[in-house]
Amino acid sequence: MTCRSNTRRVLAVLAAMCGLIAGCGTQDDGRTHITFWAFGAEGEHVAKLIPAFTGQNPDIDVRVQFIPWNAAHEKLLTAFAGGSLPDMWQLGNTWIPEFTQLGAIEDLTPWTARSQEIRDSSYFPGIWDTNVIDSLLYGIPWYVDTRVMFYRSDLLAEAGISRPPATWQEWFDCSARLKKRFPGEYANFFSTNNEWAPPVILGLQMGSPLLKERNTLGDFSGPQFTAAMHAFCRFFKSGWAPVRTAQIVSVYQAFAEGFFAMYITGPWYIGEFNSRLPDSLKGSWMTAPLPGPDSGIGVSLAGGSSLVIGRTSKHKEAAWRLIEYLSRPDVQLDFYRLTGNLPARVETWRDSALAGNPRVKAFFAQLAHVRATPKVPEWEQIAQKVREYAELITMDQYSVEDGLKALDREVNLILEKRRWLLRGR
Amino acid sequence: MAGRRALILFLGPALAAIGVFFFVPVLAALVLSFTDFDIYALGNIDYARFVGFRNYAHLLADPLFWKAFRNTLEFLLIGGPLSIAVSLAAAMMIQSKLVRFKGFFRTAYFAPVVTTLVAVAVVWRFVYHPRFGILNYLLSLVGIGGIDWLGDPRWAMPAIIVMAVWKNFGYNMVIFIAGLQNIPAELYEAASIDGAGRLAQLRTITFPLLAPTTVYISILTMIGYFQLFSEPYVMTQGGPLNSTLSVVLLMYQQGFRWWNMGYSAALAFVLFAFIAAGSLVQSLVQKRWEAS
Repeated sequence: MTCRSNTRRVLAVLAAMCGLIAGCGTQDDGRTHITFWAFGAEGEHVAKLIPAFTGQNPDIDVRVQFIPWNAAHEKLLTAFAGGSLPDMWQLGNTWIPEFTQLGAIEDLTPWTARSQEIRDSSYFPGIWDTNVIDSLLYGIPWYVDTRVMFYRSDLLAEAGISRPPATWQEWFDCSARLKKRFPGEYANFFSTNNEWAPPVILGLQMGSPLLKERNTLGDFSGPQFTAAMHAFCRFFKSGWAPVRTAQIVSVYQAFAEGFFAMYITGPWYIGEFNSRLPDSLKGSWMTAPLPGPDSGIGVSLAGGSSLVIGRTSKHKEAAWRLIEYLSRPDVQLDFYRLTGNLPARVETWRDSALAGNPRVKAFFAQLAHVRATPKVPEWEQIAQKVREYAELITMDQYSVEDGLKALDREVNLILEKRRWLLRGR
Repeated sequence: MAGRRALILFLGPALAAIGVFFFVPVLAALVLSFTDFDIYALGNIDYARFVGFRNYAHLLADPLFWKAFRNTLEFLLIGGPLSIAVSLAAAMMIQSKLVRFKGFFRTAYFAPVVTTLVAVAVVWRFVYHPRFGILNYLLSLVGIGGIDWLGDPRWAMPAIIVMAVWKNFGYNMVIFIAGLQNIPAELYEAASIDGAGRLAQLRTITFPLLAPTTVYISILTMIGYFQLFSEPYVMTQGGPLNSTLSVVLLMYQQGFRWWNMGYSAALAFVLFAFIAAGSLVQSLVQKRWEAS
């Protein structure tokens, strides 16, 4: 292992040099300097909330660094390997198990116990739960995200349907009637070439655990997920959803043209549709909670981003104060106004900005029916495989049964290390 | 003795630098390729295991690897010769006595080579846009309509090839120009006195005398094209349906997106073996050709 210690020595020298350069750059003004990484639109907008915080906390200086979403995961892992993670950062809540496993993030349980501002009762339980690993809390929900159904109410009305589907059966009937009324168009759109959410949601609705035996083996060929995949395929086989999704260049344009009438997606689409759909359609679309297999609202994904603190950070106290500030209902509301991201604090939803928006209502109802995906570090990798195989199955390259068996084989290969670790303990 | 000391003194620093920054990392990567170093091992080194040749076995049984390999080969076998042919044609055009503003054209053709790929990709994404792109507009004039260049699995790789050839041909063109300038003008004069036409001159003088340059360029192009990465990374991320996934892009995804470093390192060595074999074949062909 001489090569490793050599590498370490080189790294140490490099780190020392960086330290020197950084040391020259910072003037010691008695303030605590914390760095905060945020992604995508959040990163662009959150900086506007910071001056009010530093006004109230003159002893703290916050440096916000913006990182594009599609580079976020790589950037965080590389930063961990290089020991250069920031003091606090935004973390998609499906990534929390991974960074907990790495030991990269601070256990926040004692911090919340002392806090006046943050307690679990003011958050959506399903979302809060995604931050809990082995009964310890690792992140504070910042904003929430789940998937609901966006639909064209005018097209549904033209097909003689007065309200959005509430059950799978109604969803199928609704799709069939839309297809009959508009034979050249489609009822639904599932972006199988880049989204794993729809098949996974249907699986969760059927009660599939997705993984089994302490999350060490895939359960995609199990009866629940198989039934869900059959239902998913029905949309494609019946011509209710386009198989070749690449022909849709702009979802907004296709939705405006009536190419499809129903689309399962997240809250950011409220803002996007508002700004991109032509004015004539402003009142022609609505949102609804997802239909369930039997009756009642079907479950959806417990998504969103949390705020976490680096375990090796030297400024945890200052970082925690920033988290408390960003969790205040009034700040959460400002953040919603800036980005359209839905607030994690339930109190915030009473404000008219949210309560008065009929399209946001579906999200509030849906957030009481959310479920977390399996809390394993490999989940992101597994989810990509689910998407890949769902696409192959809808393109008829596999039968449902064969495809899901092949998917399980790949998932089991990904989870081999996890089985070995759990056996060893 | 003094000579040897001088040798060490002069070569030592360079060798040390190569050792630290090349041989040590390569050796470390080789060791890594026999382990299952992954996200768990990143957190705790005890969770890394020596697994012998398992990464290599998985790799050779992985349909995704073979898909990436076929894609890379397609890129190499179509894009490579195409790029060399375009470079040669451009070089001969610029060297032609009939062309004016040689300096301008040479610079213009070389400009894409030094342009940042990301900027190029943005422009080409507009060119390839199925509805607003100029390419589909031009095609619609001759009655061909609606090809989704980057979204259709059948067309994405050809689209990447065309862009890569456009981006890279200027480099080889400059080398070809140097090769053409090395051919003595007397040969052409003698040939034309003997009554050889332009085509005969091309066949009997230009091509044979350019052969060493061509071999050099083809080896260089093969090595470069085998490592196809940035074009699909910025244009398509390997999609649609993995139709533009290259071996290096797969290596990047495995290594940095999923942190399967062991697997990724094994992939690197398999790629190395293929490139080494390709270079060997090409130089053997050249030797045989020179001997005959």
